[in-house]
Amino acid sequence: MKRECIYTLKKLYRDDLNIYGYRFGKGEKAACIVGSIRGNEVQQLYICSQLVKTLKRLEEKGAIVGENEILVIPSVNHSSMNIGKRFWATDNTDINRMFPGYNGGETTQRIAAGLFQVIEGYSYGIQFPSFYLQGDFVPHVRMMETGFQSPSLANLFGMPYVVIRKPKPIDTTTLNYNWQIWNTNAFSLYTSATDRIDEASARQAVASVLRFLTRMGILRYMSHSGYLASVIHEEDLTNVKNDLSGIYRRYVGPGEEVHRGQILASVIDPMEGEEISRILSPTDGIIFFAHNAPLVMEGTIIFKVIRRLHE
Amino acid sequence: MIKEVVSVKMAVDECLRVKKNVLEPQVLNGEEKRICIVTGTHGDELEGQYVCYEINRIIKENRDSLKGIVEIYPALNPLGVDSISRGIPMFDLDMNRIFPGDEKGAVAEHVASRIMEDIAGADLCIDIHASNIFLREIPQARINVNTAQDLVPYARRLNLDFVWIHEAATVLESTLAHSLNRIDVPTIVVEMGVGMRITEEFCHQLTAGIFCVMKDMGVWDGEVITPKEPIISRDGEVGFVNAEAPGIFVPCVEHWRNVQKGERIGRILNSLDGSVEQEVCAPIHGMLFTLREYPVVSCGSLIARVLGGDFE
Repeated sequence: MKRECIYTLKKLYRDDLNIYGYRFGKGEKAACIVGSIRGNEVQQLYICSQLVKTLKRLEEKGAIVGENEILVIPSVNHSSMNIGKRFWATDNTDINRMFPGYNGGETTQRIAAGLFQVIEGYSYGIQFPSFYLQGDFVPHVRMMETGFQSPSLANLFGMPYVVIRKPKPIDTTTLNYNWQIWNTNAFSLYTSATDRIDEASARQAVASVLRFLTRMGILRYMSHSGYLASVIHEEDLTNVKNDLSGIYRRYVGPGEEVHRGQILASVIDPMEGEEISRILSPTDGIIFFAHNAPLVMEGTIIFKVIRRLHE
Repeated sequence: MIKEVVSVKMAVDECLRVKKNVLEPQVLNGEEKRICIVTGTHGDELEGQYVCYEINRIIKENRDSLKGIVEIYPALNPLGVDSISRGIPMFDLDMNRIFPGDEKGAVAEHVASRIMEDIAGADLCIDIHASNIFLREIPQARINVNTAQDLVPYARRLNLDFVWIHEAATVLESTLAHSLNRIDVPTIVVEMGVGMRITEEFCHQLTAGIFCVMKDMGVWDGEVITPKEPIISRDGEVGFVNAEAPGIFVPCVEHWRNVQKGERIGRILNSLDGSVEQEVCAPIHGMLFTLREYPVVSCGSLIARVLGGDFE
């Protein structure tokens, strides 16, 4: 394992932001794994730290195949993480909306450019991002439909689901999108948590990355075969919204099978405590996403359901 | 008449409400042109607040001169304005990157979709922005090159100093202006002043220009000024200056004046050891139309933009 600082940003009254990369093996740029880009992505940081720990031991045992190099970057934006901010602390911009970046541009454009310069050119790019809606997901691999995406490769992670998202204009500046445009097979891995550590889904994520690297001939590692994933197009998920606002009580979580008419959640009057609404499942299926905050506004997407899929 | 564009119940008691004021002539003949003045997409941009107030005031004081429909939307992001936050509180995406919205999407996307629906059919929309808290801008219109032919004639009449015709970018396809232009509502983005402040002089300048455009459209027949002729320019003629060191930026020139190539426009200072981290110089000869307002800078922070040419 070789640890190196791949990018430094000088700061005025704080320590410099140093972004570190951990290289395993040497030779062809085989796989790059990027962890936390936003300051609240603690689970993503944790998963990468566990990957670094595991890859270090595997490398010592000679498990990296031939001329293959794996680069892991656990944390990009710890300047924000250390002070409890999700986006760039100074101007609240999102580094994951700045790719491929610009060396002569604004601060977060420069960070994105400095990072992208190092991580482009790898055959496979794996990112642990988080979603713009607050909630819990069933663990899955997500890809942008750029015309370069390969769901069959995504299946090799052995995660339960592969989700294909049709990119919106705002997605065109994300790392995943730009990796694909610049000829890297890019995958985003979502687990069940962001700003807290969920051990079970973190272990699943680490195992799925090791499984993928093994199946691509980069690593020698015996692991369970994982799932044969169900491939879902994001637009096919059924959004379930609440009609009334208030205190939110959830009865089902991600991965659970539900039936049409089943009570998924209820809303409680925040002053008087009475149940004022029950949210029923509009379909049979599996819960893919579930809102997790204690309060809800009217019309919030509280669930996304994979229609007519059974356990 | 105050109308509600969209409302969404919040968790405890209150509603998120986007409101507009509809000002109409006393008698309608059904042929009236309709202009929408929108602002407050970013909760920290306040220059448009005073423009909205002034348009309301002038029309109320001269009601007989109103011949068309004026709709004033002072706060597309009311929670942001209230909480001094640029974005929509508790929502990750910039509100000006989620248009045309989605009725079936998240709450913010639903709000965006209702705003679009409400403005649809207007004959003109003016979307007033106020830079951000970091940069001060002269009154200017920003126009995508693909819509320049249709929009520059309106922009020339807005009494602005500058019309910047910029290249198209995919990410900008999700702005309110782009989305409205796509449904044939000519929409001009005006940028002026600085975030969290009101520059009265600029607000009066733009207000006077909006009445000129309203008169051209037949919405207004009261007295108007002769608008100033703006400088019209494209991307290639603009030079950018970014900080190359962190520190405290102190300008040494006035905003909106001519600078020579290499002329010092400010310094980045180190307050801990008393050194100068960077002498910030103009990259080209021209007019300083953007100047850093907020003193603390990081590597890359935008300090200034200079429009190439001689504008003395």
